[in-house]
Amino acid sequence: MARFAVRRLVHMAFVLFAISAVTFLIFYVFPGTNTNAQVQRIAGRSANDVTRAQVKKDYGFDRPFYVQYARLMENTADGSLISYTNQTNVRDEIVRGIPATVSLVLGAAVIWTFFGVLFGILSAVYAGRWPDRVLTVLSMIGISLPVFWVGALLLYYLTDRIELFPPGGYVKLTEDPSGWFTHLILPWVTLSILFIGFYSRLLRSTILDTIDEDFVRTARAKGVTENRVLVRHVLRNALIPIVTLFGLDFGAAIGGGAILTESIFSLQGVGQYAAQSVGSLDLPPVMGTTLYAAFFIVVLSALVDIAYAYLDPRIALES
Amino acid sequence: MVPEPTPQFAFEPSPAVPGVAATEGRPIEGIGPGRAAWRRLRRNRVAMASLAVFLAIVVCCLAAPLWADQVAHVGPEENNLTGKFERGGKQLYVVTPPPQTKPVGPGWSGRYLLGADKNGRDEMVRLLYGGRNSLFVGFTAALITTVIAVILGLLGGYFRGRTDVVVRTIFDVIWSFPVLLLGIALGTALSVGGLHVGPIDIQGGSLWIPILVIGIIFVPYLGRPIRGQVLSLREKDFVEAAMAQGDGPLRIMFGELLPNLASTILVFGTLIVANNILTEAALSFLGAGVQLPAPSWGNMIGEGVGLLSTAPHLTIVPGLAITLTVLALNVFGDGLRDALDPRARVRLR
Repeated sequence: MARFAVRRLVHMAFVLFAISAVTFLIFYVFPGTNTNAQVQRIAGRSANDVTRAQVKKDYGFDRPFYVQYARLMENTADGSLISYTNQTNVRDEIVRGIPATVSLVLGAAVIWTFFGVLFGILSAVYAGRWPDRVLTVLSMIGISLPVFWVGALLLYYLTDRIELFPPGGYVKLTEDPSGWFTHLILPWVTLSILFIGFYSRLLRSTILDTIDEDFVRTARAKGVTENRVLVRHVLRNALIPIVTLFGLDFGAAIGGGAILTESIFSLQGVGQYAAQSVGSLDLPPVMGTTLYAAFFIVVLSALVDIAYAYLDPRIALES
Repeated sequence: MVPEPTPQFAFEPSPAVPGVAATEGRPIEGIGPGRAAWRRLRRNRVAMASLAVFLAIVVCCLAAPLWADQVAHVGPEENNLTGKFERGGKQLYVVTPPPQTKPVGPGWSGRYLLGADKNGRDEMVRLLYGGRNSLFVGFTAALITTVIAVILGLLGGYFRGRTDVVVRTIFDVIWSFPVLLLGIALGTALSVGGLHVGPIDIQGGSLWIPILVIGIIFVPYLGRPIRGQVLSLREKDFVEAAMAQGDGPLRIMFGELLPNLASTILVFGTLIVANNILTEAALSFLGAGVQLPAPSWGNMIGEGVGLLSTAPHLTIVPGLAITLTVLALNVFGDGLRDALDPRARVRLR
């Protein structure tokens, strides 16, 4: 176990290093974002050669690439990373976005897990009959919808046209709990739709796989009631893949993966901050948000592996 | 999901076997796994209907130039802010002049069948050309993903050891990158200045930028299952037999292992195309995919959202096109999996 933990940590550190290196390379190599382009963007289009040279020196662009990279990583680590375009501190901006992102993702995760599992079970129990057909059609549509399109339509028709919900934006939970809730209903729904579809499809097929197993037949033969077989024997096993998937999706979304939902509803979360800084090709915040996101994804995949081994003892951690 | 390697040849029963005597020693016609899967697929009416819908969409989009030349008489990128056109015997403004500046809505006329967008461009023509771009990006990116994923998966799974560590790390790094963020970063960075490396020379607005970006970010989604499958396949007797016969690694990987990966590649490939179309739409919507004025379903929605109050169809129609296409591909992919994986029959009963 200790060996596994150490190896996993080394691996995580390496993946994060590789991600930061690739991000840096994107900004160092491509003609649209390389040093000259960045200097131009900071100094402005009309800047003369003197100003440009000054900017190049001030921002350290005249140093070799590994020094630039090392300085960038040092600043990322101690939280003193400053945006090139508007001079704001990247860590402060990310911290400011966290409440909105966490509110969005936690709420949506509750919704998508509840309905995903419910629909999955119903679909499997009524396999081949009409409830299964209806739910299958709905979940197939759910996974085929463009998230941003659904969000934009919901926002327009339910807030602008019939004013059922307040317009976009994030309201702090501590300031106005009911406003927080009503502002987040549409983003929650928008973000959940896709996942509900995926989870119910997956759970349906894992339940139908498990139902054929010997231990289920044994349980039935013992005279265990059908509900108890479903909950205690079938679901316990069929939910394992759902747990793994949930860990990965949750990590990605908390890490700012809900970019589209956050942008459509202008929640000012980490995802929207990331999208904005990528849009303006501002290296420091792009580096900060990318590493922040990758950190959650990497940590949660490690947790998922551990949870997997714990839930299913047939899988050994060492392999 | 791991299908057993199935012998590809017909059985030749020895005449001595009782009960087979009726065939008079003729070899019994066996059906290959491909034929068997096709038969199962053909019986799945929902899957075949989805395939038909998808092919119809593809044909319509391919016929875009025909519609533009013969019916609409206007190209996908031609603005028309001051012109008029005839619909139902009346002359209508394509875009009502200021202060309203409202683009014309859908109606029964060859020109501007789906109305115009804010620049007075024919929405129907843009929808067809946009579909061409979206489908082209989706398909080509899936092809790139498949080629890279298969090569990496085969190398890692076959050689194991250090090669596998490298392959797994590449997958892990791409996997741990926030997908959309990576896509937007690459898309924006490339569309500003293009890419000029040696013989590769891609201009800023090129379709190849979203294709490359999407093709790379989804490599692990196919590469991981392929690698896992190769890892277990290489332990089978037929691989050992090939080795004993003196076949080299390349021959074993591409001659023996690759055919056994066909069903995984087909099923995942279909689903990846669907996923790519959604990703292209998202990237283009955010301005990091297909670059305006070239149309794609995603950037059409991006342009339409601002006009939801006066011209909602500019948002709704391309969104429906995406949903229908992706839905058809997803349903067909599901049917394909059921047909290729005989276990699925047991599962459904």
